[in-house]
Amino acid sequence: MRNRIVASIQAVGHKTIDGVWRLGKASRFFVWVLLKSTTSFLRFGLVVREIYFVGVLSLIIILVSGLFVGMVLGLQGYETLQKYGSESAVGTLVALSLVRELGPVMAALLFASRAGSAITAEIGLMKATDQLAAMGMMAVDPIARVVAPRFWAGVISMPLLAAMFTVMGIFGGYLVTVVFIGVDNGSFWSQMQNNVDFRYDIVNGVIKSCFFGVAVTAIAVFEGFDAPPTAEGVSGATTRTVVTSSLVILGLDFVLTSFMFRGVS
Amino acid sequence: MTDNLIEIKNLAFSYGTRPILNNVNMAMSRGKVIAVMGGSGSGKTTLLRLIGGEIKPSAGYVKVADQIVHQLSRDELFKLRRKMGMLFQFGALFTDISVFDNVAFQIREHTGLPESMIRDLVLMKLQAVGLRGAHHLMPAELSGGMARRVALARSIALDPMLVMYDEPFTGLDPISLSVIGNLIRRLTDALGMISIVVTHDVQESLKIVDYVYFLADGVIAAQGTPQEVKSSVAPFVHQFVHGEEDGPVPFHYPARPYQIDLELESVVA
Repeated sequence: MRNRIVASIQAVGHKTIDGVWRLGKASRFFVWVLLKSTTSFLRFGLVVREIYFVGVLSLIIILVSGLFVGMVLGLQGYETLQKYGSESAVGTLVALSLVRELGPVMAALLFASRAGSAITAEIGLMKATDQLAAMGMMAVDPIARVVAPRFWAGVISMPLLAAMFTVMGIFGGYLVTVVFIGVDNGSFWSQMQNNVDFRYDIVNGVIKSCFFGVAVTAIAVFEGFDAPPTAEGVSGATTRTVVTSSLVILGLDFVLTSFMFRGVS
Repeated sequence: MTDNLIEIKNLAFSYGTRPILNNVNMAMSRGKVIAVMGGSGSGKTTLLRLIGGEIKPSAGYVKVADQIVHQLSRDELFKLRRKMGMLFQFGALFTDISVFDNVAFQIREHTGLPESMIRDLVLMKLQAVGLRGAHHLMPAELSGGMARRVALARSIALDPMLVMYDEPFTGLDPISLSVIGNLIRRLTDALGMISIVVTHDVQESLKIVDYVYFLADGVIAAQGTPQEVKSSVAPFVHQFVHGEEDGPVPFHYPARPYQIDLELESVVA
């Protein structure tokens, strides 16, 4: 009995130490990627190529999801607001929800599952098939040549995708409330314009999506680079990328929001 | 500078407490094809990784072109690696770019040559391995033997002084096998480089190599020219060269006595 208790306490200890150790390894890797980033900027073509894969190819899912999220927001918002006779405020509701929260968060979650998983799987498979080792033996640093361009591509793409998600969402809200339901077009846009502040709402939303971009791609490249070089290892790493980045996005969102919007009047 | 381009002295390496290599000494000079043979897990691939500077030895050293590999800074090591080539077991071609771009990869990364000259160089390397006509294909469209020939062309792209081959004959049909073997020999002679072939394919490699080292349990168990090896009466070499089932390398993994495992001790008693 006593042994079993000791063993279970030890197991908790081992898990904790493992976790801390991995976090340290990830942090060192992150610093390493930043230090090796000069190549990415000197040969920006490498980054542009990756922006195509992680950004441009994510456009469809981002735009379609944004449209539907905005349509649902419009519908639900109208439903509630019209009870109080203030359906013209639906434009404000849709815009604020998207700009402040849903745009950055939803886009980041979609980005993690669409692009983050792809980055992890690609780097993991390159490692499993010795491509990274081969590159190292050819005196080309795989972190500078493979990891850093993907990282920066993700960091650059994320805020742009979030912005497009938001724009599509507002368009979806407009479509449902103004075009289909018949809310007054002028008040929809003018209320939105009056109540959405550039610095307070839009800039904060963009800052959020920048943080999410760094977090998601850093996790994705680390998991790929750290994946055990087997089929099982790569699939596990891909899953971990999606799960970890989703949790980090939501946790980070709370922290950022509490810093940004604490003086809500 | 000594004649030996590669000098390995008292080399030892261990993973944690598990020793992989112990007191390995080798010397290799230009124009030679050297085979390193041994069973699985005998430390052959580890030896290549030590020469390439991927890992550091726990004792002794590897000297390449009068430089001690594990004492080099990262930049110096990368500079040295430009003069080394490595052929991985299954080629390790970059799967997202074409055969041409694979061979051109190193030239583009390390030289500022104009694209027209790169084209000529790449086509020459591909011609040497007989695959000039396949330059536009993607790695997924190649057979195993072709992929390895492309990888061979890639590893000699910058005319290295040393090329290492990690099990180049594994999983090839007899024709591809002798094609790769002959290419290794011919390219070594033509470029005056050293080829270190890690393999357990005895028959094919004895045809092309100049000297053989046998590794067993991390030490050099035997060495010699192919003729010496073929006629060797040393039990390990004899077992290895003739592929005998039992000998110094036992057929059975260490286990408890068979009768005890089958719970027959009462019968024996």
